[in-house]
Amino acid sequence: MTHGLITSVAGPVIKARRDGPITLGEAVRVGHDALLGEVVRLSSTEMTAQVYEDTTGLAPGDMLTGTGAPLSVRLGPHLLGHIFDGLLRPLRHDLAPVSYDVEHMVNPGDRVSAGQKLARVSGPAKDQFILVPAGVAQAEVASIESGSYARDDSVAILRLPDGSEREIALTHTWPVRQPRPVRHRLPADTAMVTGQRILDSLFPVARGGRAAIPGGFGTGKTVLQETLAKWCDADVIVYVGCGERGNEMAEVLHEFPALEDPRTGRPLMERTVIVANTSNMPVAAREASIYTGATVGEYFRDQGFNVALMADSTSRWAEALREVSGRLGELPSESGYPAYLSSRMSEFYERAGRVETLGGGEGSLTIIGAVSPPAGDFSEPVTSHTKRFVRSFWGLDRGRAQARFYPAIHPLQSYSEDAAGLTGWWTAHGNPKWPEQRGRVLDLLEAQAELERMARIVGKDAMPPGQQLTLLCADLVDDAFLRQSAFSEMDRTCSPEKQTAMLSVLMQFFDRATAAVARGADVQAIAELPVYRRVSRMGEEIADGDLDAFVALTAEIDAAIGGLKLEGQDEL
Amino acid sequence: MSFELRATGSVTAIEGPLLFLKRVVKAGLGEAVEVEAADGGVRPGRIVALDEDRIVVELLENTAGLGIDDVVVRFRGEPMTMALGPGLLGRVFDGVGRPRDGGAPVPAMVRKRVDTGTINPALRGLPQDFIETGVSSIDILNSLVRGQKLPIFSAGGLPHDRLAAGIAQTARLRGEGAEGFAVVFAGIGISYDSAEAFRTAMEKSGALEHTAMFLNLASEPSAQRLLTPRYALTAAEYLAFEEGRHVLVILTDMTNYCEALREVSASHGEIPSRKGYPGYMYSDLATIFERAGLVEGKPGTLTQVPILTMPADDISHPIPDLTGYITEGQIVLDRALEHKGIYPPVNVLPSLSRLMDQGIGEGYTHPDHPALAQQLFSSYARATRVRVLSSVVGRDGLTDVDRLYLDFGNTFEDRFVHHEEMRPFEASFAIGWEMLAMLPERELSRLSDKQIARHIAPLRETAGEATDG
Repeated sequence: MTHGLITSVAGPVIKARRDGPITLGEAVRVGHDALLGEVVRLSSTEMTAQVYEDTTGLAPGDMLTGTGAPLSVRLGPHLLGHIFDGLLRPLRHDLAPVSYDVEHMVNPGDRVSAGQKLARVSGPAKDQFILVPAGVAQAEVASIESGSYARDDSVAILRLPDGSEREIALTHTWPVRQPRPVRHRLPADTAMVTGQRILDSLFPVARGGRAAIPGGFGTGKTVLQETLAKWCDADVIVYVGCGERGNEMAEVLHEFPALEDPRTGRPLMERTVIVANTSNMPVAAREASIYTGATVGEYFRDQGFNVALMADSTSRWAEALREVSGRLGELPSESGYPAYLSSRMSEFYERAGRVETLGGGEGSLTIIGAVSPPAGDFSEPVTSHTKRFVRSFWGLDRGRAQARFYPAIHPLQSYSEDAAGLTGWWTAHGNPKWPEQRGRVLDLLEAQAELERMARIVGKDAMPPGQQLTLLCADLVDDAFLRQSAFSEMDRTCSPEKQTAMLSVLMQFFDRATAAVARGADVQAIAELPVYRRVSRMGEEIADGDLDAFVALTAEIDAAIGGLKLEGQDEL
Repeated sequence: MSFELRATGSVTAIEGPLLFLKRVVKAGLGEAVEVEAADGGVRPGRIVALDEDRIVVELLENTAGLGIDDVVVRFRGEPMTMALGPGLLGRVFDGVGRPRDGGAPVPAMVRKRVDTGTINPALRGLPQDFIETGVSSIDILNSLVRGQKLPIFSAGGLPHDRLAAGIAQTARLRGEGAEGFAVVFAGIGISYDSAEAFRTAMEKSGALEHTAMFLNLASEPSAQRLLTPRYALTAAEYLAFEEGRHVLVILTDMTNYCEALREVSASHGEIPSRKGYPGYMYSDLATIFERAGLVEGKPGTLTQVPILTMPADDISHPIPDLTGYITEGQIVLDRALEHKGIYPPVNVLPSLSRLMDQGIGEGYTHPDHPALAQQLFSSYARATRVRVLSSVVGRDGLTDVDRLYLDFGNTFEDRFVHHEEMRPFEASFAIGWEMLAMLPERELSRLSDKQIARHIAPLRETAGEATDG
């Protein structure tokens, strides 16, 4: 063990003289309380470390000890359903089960290779798997037995080609900053269904995709992240609360166990891992928590699950990076952030992907990062760098949020590069017209922005009926389709089938109304039809499975608009 | 103290509030010290930086009058603590917890560190009890719940002090008495008048005996301002989690706190971030605001209403911006409303209460409360857009519906937002529906048919009868 003598302490950063070899990135134990730290800089005699815990009370002269390993976290079946700090240490010690039922999937004497499933750990929501470690190319199973095991017990022994033996435990450690290996990457052509109409239908994210949610304070980033965590169709959710509010974690912990996963019927909490480093917890651990989350996500991906990682918020992570960088006396770049900000961000987002695992299965890790730009300004460094690394960009808008129009995603500031690859997926899910419908809705919203600018000069009354109708239809898209109430049981999540039905109702309305206006119908009269209100509230009033109601609504549109009096008919 | 170290003649330099010492004793970061000058005065301070050769001490009092040679530094060997015990309420303390009302010190049952209080997020209780404040724009649209931190974003010359005092006097769970309720007021760099006005208001309403005040006046050292909210919150935590009270903490003015933070950071020679404020201001503010909440298995709650004045009325200034990212919403006061004579001048659109949905509706206020709030927000947002439009094209250039919105917006401000006296929830709730009754049914897309039938239709009928008669 290499030791060091602390020479200076400044916030989370300490300097020490060392008496032996130590490596960059090595985890160290600092002071009497053995606080966890990580070596961030080395010179011939000196070393600098960032400490992941409160450094109050540390003094020059205190000792520091190298651990000989990079900063690592413990992965295993104990993660699902629980809450951990930024370094994956449990925040509640009283809740984890004491033993796990393990059933072997290979037999002694079998030849196995990296990533292969050795045993199944049965759980309430889903079975988890114990895999052959990534470094083991070939091995023979020396022993393996089904039974009940405690968290740190050894479950199997592998005999390696060189004759040595390796114990395989229920849990293992993995360095957080090192991506877990995969066989190869697969194309992103499967949609991750979020249950949010504006996302799935307009700005979808693929499984293994990367998305960002930028927005000033109060625009609903956290509510959206939580909504996604609740209703998206991933097998495992990793929720990283990075530098955010403690009460939000409390909310997740209280709410998720009570909510039911619509696909499995089990409490949502059972598919969730929470990594919490709230804003008042040590800043260096906030920097690590993002990587911890990604490592946990990859761990489940390697077992063949589709994983969604929500990071709220990546700006707090970037600020932690900035704070530590400042303490290290590094030369600041844009807005005081270190020059390596963008490369660190790209490393993080690159850990997302749909892959063929080492064991030959298929899994995915989708990363959705919230961004909190200062003053809501999207041109600041964290947002602008994020834009370069994500494929789906969901910009939140203050105006919409102030009108309590949620999700407050601005359709003209958002984009999705994944959309082009998902036409096939939508066709397979019953909507071959999706690209065309999506295009029409986006065109309508584009036209709305332009016409509203015009209305500001000439007044709405002075606009020709065709343009007034465009505004009316765009309002309807906003109200009926893009707005979705997270608190309405009927509306909080929306299946692809319901989205398809709603889109076709809207298309029918546009077509009928356009034809009627062309024949001379009054736009105001269309707005006053009771069916207009029915359509604008269909999300909240028609249940997900009730597709007949949408057919009925379409018929109602035909009848109501068809029955309108045309201009000039009054006098006849 | 169990042991005490003294260092004499070890001071090498004094710069502003900072004292540089040769490192002659072993002391840890953040520990408390006392500095005794030749004149016998004792100044408290704390260790802010350490290396092999020197110790940097930040003094919490004026350093004028200190010499280099004749200073004695006593090391307390522990971080800054506060003695706590029964009898905190009804007292006035200075910015670092010493009595300033001439009374005896509080009997010390326990000593607590002033700068901890990180609540383990896994052990937090969920804030969900609706607090009635008596302010329509808060109760109906931006409801406060127990354990929340809901700041008031104000600006110079706006009546935030009056609003805060009003909330402190009224804020109760519905139908609950004053027992078990306490107010902790932290005045950070405020003027004597502001402090006195608050004290008088509390005295008049008879609430002073439930109030503890911590005052760091504008004339007092700015380094103390960094500790005032921490002492106040340590006392509040004692009242909430040891004595089981429901504590409302008013922190005013957080802008002064941030200014002090910038001043001290500059004197440490740290690299500044936005507008010269230190890069760690977010984390630092979080250590204050995150002390609001509930703890599982403990009685009592800690609710914070911090007040900050936005420099140049700018909500994107780093102080309100970072605060808004930490707190659970904000109540924004608006100068234009104030000019219209509206009190309290709450601009409801940028205002927000993030915890509102946990504390309203079925079982808390009224099942239709969420829908009412949603619809009022949606309609008022449209009204403000129409107002902009009408300023360009004139009222005549508007459509009929837009003219209705214009009237709705004005009436909403005059009748719903404006009220001089505190207003019970039921009254606010009823007025909210009256406002919506001004708009045609088609415009109320956030309300279900049932809600319209329940609340709006009866109003239309009475209005119809009135016109008929």
